[in-house]
This record gives sequence, structure tokens and C-alpha cells, in this order.
Amino acid sequence: MRKIGTGIVAVAATTVLLAGCSGGSTPTDDSDAGGSGASLVVWTDANRAPAIEAAAEAFEEETGTKVELVQKNFEDIRNDFINQVPTGEGPDITVGAHDFLGSFVSAGVVDTIDLGDKAEQIEQVAVDAFTYDGQVYGFPYALETMALIQNTDLVGEDAPTSWDDMIARAQAAGAERPFVINTAGQKGDAYTMYGFQTSFGAPVFVQDASGSYTTEVGLGGPAGESFAAWLGAHGEAGSGEISTTIDYDTNNELFASGTAAYTVQGPWAIEALTAEGVNVKVNPIPSAGGQTAAPFVGVQGFYISSESSNKLLAQEFLTTYLATDDAQRALYEADPRLPAWKTVAAEVSSDPVVAGFLASAANGVPQPSLPEMGSVWELWGAAQAQIIKGGDPVSTWNTMVADVEAAIG
Amino acid sequence: MSVPQGTVSESAPPPHPPLTTPAAEPHGRRWNGLGWGFVVKLVLMAIVNAFGLMGVFAAVQAESWIIATAAAVLLIAADVVYFTKRALPLKYLLPGLAFLLVFQVFIFGYTAYIAFTNYGAGHVGSQEQAVAAALAQGERRIDTSPSYPLSLVEQGGEYGFAINDDGEIKAGSVDRPLEVVGETSATGAPADVPGWNVVPRGTFLGDPELQELVVQLRVPVSDDPNEGSIRTRDGSTGAVYLSTLEWDADAQTITDTASGTVYTASDSGSFVSDDGTALPTGWVVNVGFDNFLRLATDPGLLEPLALVTLWTFVWAALSVLIPFIMGLVVALIFNDPRVKGRKILRTLFILPYAFPAFMSALLFRGMFNAEFGVINEFFFGGANIDWLGDPWLARIAVLFVNVWLTYPYYFLVCTGALQALPSDALEAASIDGAGRFRQFRAIVLPLVLVATAPLLISSFAFSFNNFTIIYMFNSGGPAIPGAPYALGATDILISAIWAISGVSGGAADYGLASALSILVFIVVGVISALAFRQTRKLEEYQ
Repeated sequence: MRKIGTGIVAVAATTVLLAGCSGGSTPTDDSDAGGSGASLVVWTDANRAPAIEAAAEAFEEETGTKVELVQKNFEDIRNDFINQVPTGEGPDITVGAHDFLGSFVSAGVVDTIDLGDKAEQIEQVAVDAFTYDGQVYGFPYALETMALIQNTDLVGEDAPTSWDDMIARAQAAGAERPFVINTAGQKGDAYTMYGFQTSFGAPVFVQDASGSYTTEVGLGGPAGESFAAWLGAHGEAGSGEISTTIDYDTNNELFASGTAAYTVQGPWAIEALTAEGVNVKVNPIPSAGGQTAAPFVGVQGFYISSESSNKLLAQEFLTTYLATDDAQRALYEADPRLPAWKTVAAEVSSDPVVAGFLASAANGVPQPSLPEMGSVWELWGAAQAQIIKGGDPVSTWNTMVADVEAAIG
Repeated sequence: MSVPQGTVSESAPPPHPPLTTPAAEPHGRRWNGLGWGFVVKLVLMAIVNAFGLMGVFAAVQAESWIIATAAAVLLIAADVVYFTKRALPLKYLLPGLAFLLVFQVFIFGYTAYIAFTNYGAGHVGSQEQAVAAALAQGERRIDTSPSYPLSLVEQGGEYGFAINDDGEIKAGSVDRPLEVVGETSATGAPADVPGWNVVPRGTFLGDPELQELVVQLRVPVSDDPNEGSIRTRDGSTGAVYLSTLEWDADAQTITDTASGTVYTASDSGSFVSDDGTALPTGWVVNVGFDNFLRLATDPGLLEPLALVTLWTFVWAALSVLIPFIMGLVVALIFNDPRVKGRKILRTLFILPYAFPAFMSALLFRGMFNAEFGVINEFFFGGANIDWLGDPWLARIAVLFVNVWLTYPYYFLVCTGALQALPSDALEAASIDGAGRFRQFRAIVLPLVLVATAPLLISSFAFSFNNFTIIYMFNSGGPAIPGAPYALGATDILISAIWAISGVSGGAADYGLASALSILVFIVVGVISALAFRQTRKLEEYQ
């Protein structure tokens, strides 16, 4: 009897204590706080948070909807979005690059978006980039692309007419290294090299009449082989302008110190390239193979989660509150990328660096966003690195083309 | 001085009368109230219960039933164990067991579960989500459709849309196609719709269920379904959309009404048509041993993985042996009293161990750069040795870095073991005429091994999975030509798993990565178990 009594006392005491504990704290859950107290969760990276904050405040004032910004590493966004949305833990909106799109669509984690008449105010290439199989899946706001950056103290402002012309100018100016390009060390960087590759007429995938990519690999054939031969001829075993000892940081350092006269880089590297005070001019990438050098254009934008319970609000936030000159200007100022919003793009073109990148983007082609693209990058880059290191160009290249075709099924 | 037992005669009285009557039971059993110990236990258990219940409630709210059940079971077990008078051993074991279950068994079980699914790129959600995605992807705005100002309207519990089409107010619901109900001169969304009640925008934006209803609502434009229906994306404008895909739950098919193609749900978690084309979005299904079979049979994966596995064993073995031998030699030298300034030198030797491996690997990566690195410049007279690009040189380089990072650890451990050696045994050995080498082989090494063998085994397991240094130094490069998932010559199994899981970008395949993880676990487990059995034999020396 006594034993049972103790048990009851014990449990009762525990319950009392528990009640004391739970009475003091209110249960926290993020259900609606009445009214239109819904809240939108937006994933962003640190650079863009302040700009989105500004648009979020306006949104909050006018609609009473709270916007909760969650800062994440940009590198983590793609995977976390894919893995968290199906569990219902994901955000309503996330910042992302358009090349996530293929993976997002095949994972079923993005909702389509209707840009309506706002589409006319956005650069067409940006809208195309966020279009997958005829459907628009995101709200694009910024472009990025590669361009030729030259040290004006060494080689002046004139754009070289071709690769050979560029090397000749640099040598005439007495530059220690005529040209540097980032190969991401041993990995190879097909993205940075793409402008030279397209000047041989070897796109990664064949584009159809409307400009969207088919799944037909265009890397192979005589055009691809002549690009591979060119890469080998200028690699470590050849004339040596292109070398796997150059990674992102070495590349920028060699240029910033005035050792190299020309490099191919994106707008994100301008700060590093001019850190030591060299004067630069941004020009389109010169042709190495006779045709126009078309670099990849990457587009940044916002995606809406397919599992969002606030789709109307999310859509409205993007197409009404972020789709204004002021919001787009704030985004540009917070994180200077080439604006996809036409009015802001026109405003900032007075900056010669921005104008140079915009001119390069005009030659560009959108980066493919197929879900298999990840495997393609890896094989493609590795083959380029091998050729640069002196591997047999044609056979290495053709093996890679076969591997890529196998990888994308 | 002990008195031999049994000499006292049995008839002799005991020297002292007993002080107390012999206890019938231990004092713990005579507890008859709420002592201080009980109060402390009660407070502690109350805290455990509070947190446990909070966890259960949180899990129930998040609808994670497995976690809720597990938390509840653990909580009940804890209460039962600590409030019964029995189960004394469990009172000591339970905290450890709980942590073992949560942090080891659960993680392993979950990995095993993933290994038998096709979770990865294109297969991340449920079939329901895949269907929803397909339908959303198949619904397109009609190009010629303008955007109409729109309001949500309601009539007797039935919701519908009202649009302003150039001054004509049209309203309708799911079953009733749009019809003209009035005129307006305003340009905005209809504020007043005859026959319907306009629902203010704030009302449905603040109510998640109603908002979902608005998102899902489609109002046909006319009786002909091919003319599409009005839907809204933001609750204030509408446009005409046309969906071409239809889901049939009974037949498990999605039909494209435009082309007539039928996509059937397949066992591999995709909707596939007769000619083999699949809809982009799939779902997670159980695939049995497929992932393990792929590891063993897919030639494109088998060759690079065999290379990676072989290198992993070589890497783990050498990463233990070389630093151990180096550490032991250095420890022996610095254990000799004839060496001057031993304390300072010992401190210097420990330095590499004090640097974070992360940074060291990164610095060495720069130092090994063929063109700009100091190693080629200073030690090889400016030769252009391709440390990072040649498979064998890269392996030597990464091994060198690891040895540099880890030998101080063995130096420390061996110094400790050497200083604990019994000097009388060594003296006896030298009196018996054993030379230095014989002493080392017969006495020093066995005794040092007794102390360090468990450390060597755990170090082997650690090197086997030493992702950090491989990734920071050369991210597994240089690439093996044509290998999938960018596997490289210095990749070990754990970095290969990382590459296959697609965390770095590329095609993710969590199922395959989990299957490989389980194999790695088994390998490391078996090797450690065997090695620990061997070390018991060393104990005979003590």
C-alpha cells in the first residue's frame, strides 16, 4: 500500500512542477496571430538581406504581413531548399541562381510564377533563363556574366580583335604574363572558359529555334575538337598562357599586381582585381576560333516554394513589391550585380565597368539549367584540366563527350 | 600479525557481545519516507519530464510521429526506471542507453532506411507532391489572356471569382462558368457584385485554409473546358489558364489531354509513358538492394570506387604507421637524458599538432602549387613538379601533409609511455647482456604498444574517414578520367560519399551515398573489432 502511495505522490508532485513550468512560458508556434498576421519566410544570403529588408518593410506596412528573413550561405540554398520544402519546413520564397531551376523542377519544389505585364520591364534573357519547358518559375532580378578585363596602364582601353591580337598586344606592352584565366586549379573551370569554346562554335547543348536548350550535346564534332586542340596548344605543354596552377585567388592576384595584362572574370571579382590600384577596362571576350565569343549569362532571382501556404502573398510580394524601380535599385545598391530590371540597368550603365559587362552579356547565352548539369560541369571541367596539362586533346575531349552523353541519358 | 583461524575453541564465549542485532535487510530497504535524496530525485525527474513532454508536444505539432513516439517511450521508460524500487542497474545505465539510442542507433537506422530508397535528385518528396508538381507544371497561362482585376466572392458557402472585364462584371464558381452579372465604370477589382458577397482581401490572406482554397480555385471561362479557366496568383488579378495534364488516382496515371500521352506511375518512382519519356518530378520509393547492387555491378562506378577503396586503405594504414614510427623515434631520442634543452625542443615538436588541420591543409595546398608554391621553389630549385595534378604525386603530397599534422600526437603519446617504463626491467635486461636494440625489441616496444595500440586503432578509423584534410588540400583531385560524380585520385571513401550525395552541387544520390556509408561503417567496425581482439594479446606483457 505504502509503495503505491509514494508512486502517486511522486507523479502528483511531478505534475505540479510541470504545471508550474509550463504556466510560466507560452507555447511558441508560428500559427497565424490573427488578422492578416500571416508571415512570409524568405531565404536570402547576407549580401542581399538589407535590400530585401527594405521591400519587406513596405510590404509589412501596407498588408500587415510579416516578412521573416532567414540568412543562409548561398552555396547551401540549392540543397536545403530541395530537401526541406517537401517536409514542409522550407521557406515561402528563396533567392537563387537560375541554374538551380532544373533540379528544383525535377524535385517538384518550385511553383510557377506569373510575371504578367511586369515581364516587359525585365531583360528578355533573364526571363528566358527562368523559363523551363515553356513555364516561368521565378522572378529574375540580376544578371552576371564573364567579360575580358584589361589593365589599361599596360595595354590601353581598346578591345583586342581576337585572341592572337590580345596576346600580341600584351607582349608588345611587355607584360610578364599576357593573359591569365582561372581553371579552378585541377578541377578545370568550363564556365570561365566557355566564351572561348563558343568562339569555335561548340555550344554545350544545341539550342533550338527559340533559343532554349535541347538535350542534344553540342560539345563534340570537329568544332569541339578544334577547341580542344586550341586549349592544348595554349596549355602547359604548349605556349603556356592557360595553366592549372591558376585558381580564383592566384588569377586575381596576378592581375591586381600588374603581372598579367588581361584576364576573363565576372563582376564579382572586380573588387579583388582592382584592390592594388590598377586601372581596368571591361570589354567583350575576344574570339579565339573565329566566331563570336558567347559567355554564359547567369541570372539571379527569387523562387516560390511549391509547398508554401502563403502563395498569394508570396506572389504579391515578388510581383508587386519587389517589381518596382525603388526596390530594384535598393537590390542593386546592396549587392551590385547587373540589373535585369531595364530602368535600373539603364541608370547604372553610366558606370563603365557595368556597361562593359552589359555589353559582354549582350553576346551571351543563358546557362543551361538541366538537372543533370552538375555532372556535366564536373566531367567537362576535368577534361579541360587534363588537356591543359598536356593530355591528348582530341581523344580526351571525345571521351568526355561520350561520358557527358551517358550522364544525361 | 594475524591469528590463525580456527584455534579459538568453539565453547568459548565471544569476546564482545554484538553491538546491535544483525540487520535483517540493508538500510536502503528500511527507507520509510521522503528523504532529501528523494526530493532531489523528484526535482530532477520533474525537469526531465518537463523537457520530455515539451519535446513530445513539439513533435506532435510538427506531425513527426516517429519522434513523438520515441520521445514518449523514452520518457515513460525513464519514469518507470527511476520511480520503481527495482531495476537498480538500469538506474545507472539509462542515461547512457538513451544517448546511445538517440545519437548512434537512430542515426544508423535512418541511414540504413535511406540506403534502401531512391532518395536523391528528382526523388525527394511523396507521390502526392510529385502529382501536384506535375499538374502545376502542366498548367499554362493562355498567351492571349489579359490580366483581369479580380475579387473573391461567396454565395451560400460556395466561393467563386468575380472579374472586371472592360467594365463588365463577370462572376462564377467551380461548377458555374463565368457569366455577366453587372456593369461598372470603375477599372479596379469589382467591389460590388450582384448576387454575390465580395470577400475582403485581408480576410482570406490572413486565413491559411481560405488562402489555399483561393490558390486552388479554378473558374471555367465557358462550358468548353478547352477554353481554360480563371485562376489567380496573387488574389487581386486573374488570368485564363489551361491545364493539359489530368491525374487519375485509381489508375495511377497522368494523361496529357493535348497529346493523348499517358504517363503511368512506375516502381522506380516516376511517371513514365510507353515510349520511355518520364515527367521531370519523381518521388521517393523503396528500391530494396538496388543501391548496393549498383555499387557492385555498375562498371562506370565500380572502377573508380575500387580505386578509391584501395587508396582509402593505403591512406589509413600509412597515416597511422608513418606518424607512429616517426613519433616513436623522436620520442626515443628526446627521452635520452643526454639531449640538451629537451623541454624547449619538445614544445617545438608539438607545434604542428597545435595548428588547426583545416588551415594547415589550405596553406599546404598553396605551398604545393607547381608554379607559385614555395616547396618547388626552395626545395627543388624552382623545378616545375606537378604536385597537385599528378595522381601519385598528389597522393604523396596529401600523405606528407597528414604525417606532418599527426606525428606530434604520437610523439606525445610515446613520450608518455616511455616515461612510464619500469626502469628495473631495463636494468635487469642490460645486466643480462641485452644490447640496446634487443632491449627496444623485447621490452620497450611491447610495453609502448600496450599503451598505444587502442590509440592506433582509433586513429586508423579516424584516418579512414578523415574528410577534412582530403577536401581542404585538393578536394580529392586530380579527377579520375571519366569517373562519375567527379571522383578523384586522392578521394577516400568518405569524400566519395560526399561527392555522390551531391551536397557540393551536381546530381544528388542520397540512397547510393547511404549504401556506401553503411559499407564503410561495416569495414571500419570489423577492422576495429579484430584489432581490439589482437591488442588483448599484448596485455600478457603486463
